[in-house]
Parts: sequence; structure tokens; C-alpha cells
Amino acid sequence: MKTLEELMAIRNKMQGQVNLRAEDGSAVRVVVGMATCGIAAGARPVLNAFAEGVQEKGLKDVMVTQTGCIGLCQYEPIVEVIEPGKEKVTYIKMTAEKVAEVIEQHLIGGDVVKKYTISTELK
Amino acid sequence: MLPEISLNILDVAQNSISAGAALTEITVDIDSVSDTLTVCINDDGCGMTEEQLLAVTDPFYTTRKTRKIGLGVPFFKTAAENTGGSFEIASEVGVGTKVKAVFGLSHIDRMPLGDMVFTIHTLVTLNSSIDFLYRYTVDGKSFTLDTRQFREILGDVPFNVPEVSEYIKSYLIENSEEVNGGRSF
Repeated sequence: MKTLEELMAIRNKMQGQVNLRAEDGSAVRVVVGMATCGIAAGARPVLNAFAEGVQEKGLKDVMVTQTGCIGLCQYEPIVEVIEPGKEKVTYIKMTAEKVAEVIEQHLIGGDVVKKYTISTELK
Repeated sequence: MLPEISLNILDVAQNSISAGAALTEITVDIDSVSDTLTVCINDDGCGMTEEQLLAVTDPFYTTRKTRKIGLGVPFFKTAAENTGGSFEIASEVGVGTKVKAVFGLSHIDRMPLGDMVFTIHTLVTLNSSIDFLYRYTVDGKSFTLDTRQFREILGDVPFNVPEVSEYIKSYLIENSEEVNGGRSF
């Protein structure tokens, strides 16, 4: 069984050197809809892909978080990317594959993946 | 429908978070002698009035403003009752809410338990300012994850830093495997 001693070791290693994430509003927020509608539509693998991808790429100023239903259930899984000082980007009908593109192009490259945004899909 | 019990738990636990719970207890108890799989979700959130409590299993009741349908609790209730099990919900304003769903373990209509590791990992790492107590039991053998214990050890190191998040995931995986003893539910 995994023991708490290991956690103790992690803490000792991290303490002091943990660059506590900027809570001053400079972080990019990735918000995944996780209400009944989102979960039923497959938000779980989407959230997982973001959490793992962000960790893998070492994107320290990206915060992956969740929210409830925003009333557009037919477009779930929905993901909002909120960058300080920019207009919110809403991606719809997301999958784990699309997440990889969003991480690469948007979160790292800074270019919105327009083909998956709500404004493009609804045209 | 949500096709796994773990997804229903993830969904129903969000209600505890919305209710402002400081501590949410989630237990999954599998017992092959009584042939049951029992899920309890207890919180110390704001609770519900008697009127709300009566309405909550009604699909045409919800607290949100965006539309008039709330399926989380009705899905969970139906899923349990379809397996010859039962569903109870009790609540008191200012005290909290208790949900208990009993599934017939070997019933043909029981959905798989699914990925409980993901459900608990998501709840814990994405809501790192509130506490969770998770207990998973199979035929009397169990393990517990208590974020209050983690918090005490970690001090100001948050749950969502990669090293800690990874630890929590493998804590859940390794301990679940040990309790499962090669079986899957």
C-alpha cells in the first residue's frame, strides 16, 4: 500500500522551492463544464487530457478547473479558456484529441483553434 | 444516463460542493455476501428544506436558472432502483445532506463502478480548498483517503502541483488494486 511517508518526502522536497502559483489573476484559466450534461457528453476524458497535458508540458501558469452547467448542454463538452485581458474563448463538442491541439496551438502557441470555437461551429 | 456509477458519484458530489460543504464523505462498500454495492455521499453543506428534498428526485426540479431540468439525482436513484436496490436522501438546512444508494451487486442491470480513481482525483485536486474523505471497501477490506491528513502533512504545498497530484493518483490506484485483490466491479 502507498504510504503517507512518501507524501512527507514530497513535501520536504517541495517546500521552499514550490513556486506557488500566481493567484493574482495572471494565470490562464481552462474551465471544463462538469455538470450532468457535460459528464454525460464525455467531459471526463477532456478534463483528464487537459490536466495531464498541462502537467506534461510544464505549463505553470495554466490552471485547469471545472464549472457547472452554463445552459448550452447540446454543445457539451464545453471548455472555456480565459486569459487575463483577452476575450474568453469557448470551445464546444470537445474530445481528448481536440484538447491536444488546443494545448499545442492555443495554450503554448497563443493562437485560438478557431475551428472548434462556438462562433465557428454555429456558422 | 451516465453509464458508470463513478460518473454518477462525480455528478452528485458536485451538489455537495455547490452547497458549500467543508467536508464531503464518499464511501463505496462492496459486499459479496449481501450482494450489494452501497454508495454514500454525506456533506456538511447548506442542506435542503423539506420542500426541496421532496422535489430533488423529480427530473423537472433544479436550482439552476439556465433550464428547468435537473437529472443528476434522478439518474442516480433510477440506476440503483433498477438493480433491486434502494435510494435514500436526507437533509437538514444548516447541517448537511446524506445520499445513500444501494445497488444489487450481481444484478444484470447494475452499471459498472467505473473509474473511481478519476472521480476522487478530480474532486480532490480541483477543489483543493475543501476536504474529502473517501473510503473504499470490498468484503471488509478497505482503504481511506482523507485530505485533512494530506493537508496536515503538506502544509502550504497545494494538491494541484504535479508531484502531489501524481502522488494522490497513485495512492488511489495502488490502494484500490490492493483492496480489489484482482477483481473488478
